[in-house]
Amino acid sequence: MSELRKVSSNPHIRSSVTTSKIMLYVILALAPATFFGIYNFGIHALVLVLVTVASTVLSETIFNKICKKKNTIGDLSAVVTGLLLALNLPPMAPWWIGVIGGAFAIVVVKMLFGGLGQNFMNPALGARCFLVISFTSIMTNFECDGYTGATPLSALKAGEEVDVLSMIIGKTAGTIGETSMIAILIGACILVALDVIDLKVPFSYIISFVFFIVLFSGHGFNLSYIGAQLAGGGLMLGAFFMATDYVTRPITKKGQYVYGVILGILTGIFRIFGASAEGVSYAIILGNLLVPLIEKVTLPKGFGKGGEKA
Amino acid sequence: MNSGKERLINGIVKENPTFVLMLGMCPTLAVTTSAMNGLGMGLTTTVVLALSNVFIAILRNIIPDKVRIPAFIVIIASFVTMLELLLEGFMPSLYDALGIYIPLIVVNCIILGRAEAYASKNPAIPSFFDGLGMGLGFSFALTCIGAVRELLGAGDVFGFHLMPTADHPWMIGGNEVAFFTPASIFVLAPGAFFVLACLVAIQNKIKMDGEKKGKDMSKIGSGCSDDCLNCGETGCSGRKFYDPEGSDGPVGKASGNSEDKKKISEDKQDGKSESQNENTEAKQGEIEETKETKKEEGKDE
Repeated sequence: MSELRKVSSNPHIRSSVTTSKIMLYVILALAPATFFGIYNFGIHALVLVLVTVASTVLSETIFNKICKKKNTIGDLSAVVTGLLLALNLPPMAPWWIGVIGGAFAIVVVKMLFGGLGQNFMNPALGARCFLVISFTSIMTNFECDGYTGATPLSALKAGEEVDVLSMIIGKTAGTIGETSMIAILIGACILVALDVIDLKVPFSYIISFVFFIVLFSGHGFNLSYIGAQLAGGGLMLGAFFMATDYVTRPITKKGQYVYGVILGILTGIFRIFGASAEGVSYAIILGNLLVPLIEKVTLPKGFGKGGEKA
Repeated sequence: MNSGKERLINGIVKENPTFVLMLGMCPTLAVTTSAMNGLGMGLTTTVVLALSNVFIAILRNIIPDKVRIPAFIVIIASFVTMLELLLEGFMPSLYDALGIYIPLIVVNCIILGRAEAYASKNPAIPSFFDGLGMGLGFSFALTCIGAVRELLGAGDVFGFHLMPTADHPWMIGGNEVAFFTPASIFVLAPGAFFVLACLVAIQNKIKMDGEKKGKDMSKIGSGCSDDCLNCGETGCSGRKFYDPEGSDGPVGKASGNSEDKKKISEDKQDGKSESQNENTEAKQGEIEETKETKKEEGKDE
């Protein structure tokens, strides 16, 4: 043998994309919404974001230490979870809400099921629902400096007029990260440009939601109403940052469309027929639970398999 | 094996129906919203369990094997009906709190399980203590779960205000202190799963630590080992009438890991145990034969 050949098993070509890189991109994409939230709601929002992120990272470290496992905070997924959770908290929530929520997201929803990639539910949303059920009065109190009273979605549900333009810019009451549609869309563009997410899930989600609103809201094709429904609440944040979570969305192409449509219909049902004005987090969590079934139905057939029986 | 004290300890600790056997999960998860409800449910079940066990043990030679389950249910349902009327008459608040779960005691698998596994094979007095022990173990577990849920979900235990909530703050130096906000998820259905899972996890942790230190932890296992032939317990409803004094009964159960099993198999190669092994094999054969005959009887019908 004159030449030396390197013999190895596959994969032979490795991508330079790593988990921590993707997570870094997501953090980058969340930055506009985060900064707008801090600018909008003041220093308390900044403290809450920092406390929540610290809580998720610390929880993961401590859990790994107790279970004598390798520390996995280097993949930055805990930071993303903490950031997403913080953006879903009301700006004036006490600091311990962030601590409890962060610990619940990491320990119960993620690590107990085996860590990143094994969780069946989006950790940040799981923790948000835990907090909403546990501390309802705190989690639905959006009053803070400058903003009093109901969120635009509640006002809309009560039949009041809302200012769609201020909802798109984000100068309204709401959770820290959900108010500004523009900031979230900038983040979404960053994600799409960096090829972190594609638009299958968000588009099918939003389009099916709009269809549902037009058909069942009783307002018909009313542009300002549809605009308010799209810009209000956590729909944008959920569609671009949570429904597209790699771990908890379907893998198959067809499955992603089905998943998006299910999310849109569920969100529509919760918002229009439900008692509360918002329903994005519950819709995505229910969608997460359906993912194994969706994947089972939409699994593509291998070449040469499953032809029609003669 | 059949002394009253042994049966009591067996029911409360070794084979605790909730934490070890994982039986009766429906009332465990549903009614333990407070310590008082848990205790009430537990004691109600205890009374039914002890009384039905006694009656089934007395009637065990009269009840035909083929209709034993309906017969057990009739006996249990009679006691539950009596108890339901008593509760409605004398403890209406508990009756309202437990609601549909009182009539559902009839189909509680702990009661039917003890009737099938123990009372139908043993005399009345040990059966009574078996029912009492199992019932008290159930009450203990339900009270624990209820107390934790009530403490986290409302800040109280048995209705006493233990934590400084906004409604009942502590007074420290003239200042109102209320740092505890109850997490209402714990008095709702998901809280029951969280609390039960944590308590079982703690029990498993204790068990695993004990095994590492080389203690015999077989008695606080979750459920029984899957090794039925080597199992010395007669408490399971597998209905394998295996002689607990036989060859390697209790030893085999203790073996959680494969190393112990190897040791046992090495021990078996000694002259003494070989003959006993043959005995067990012969017994296996007998059991299989009886099963076959039963199947044939079934076909005739």
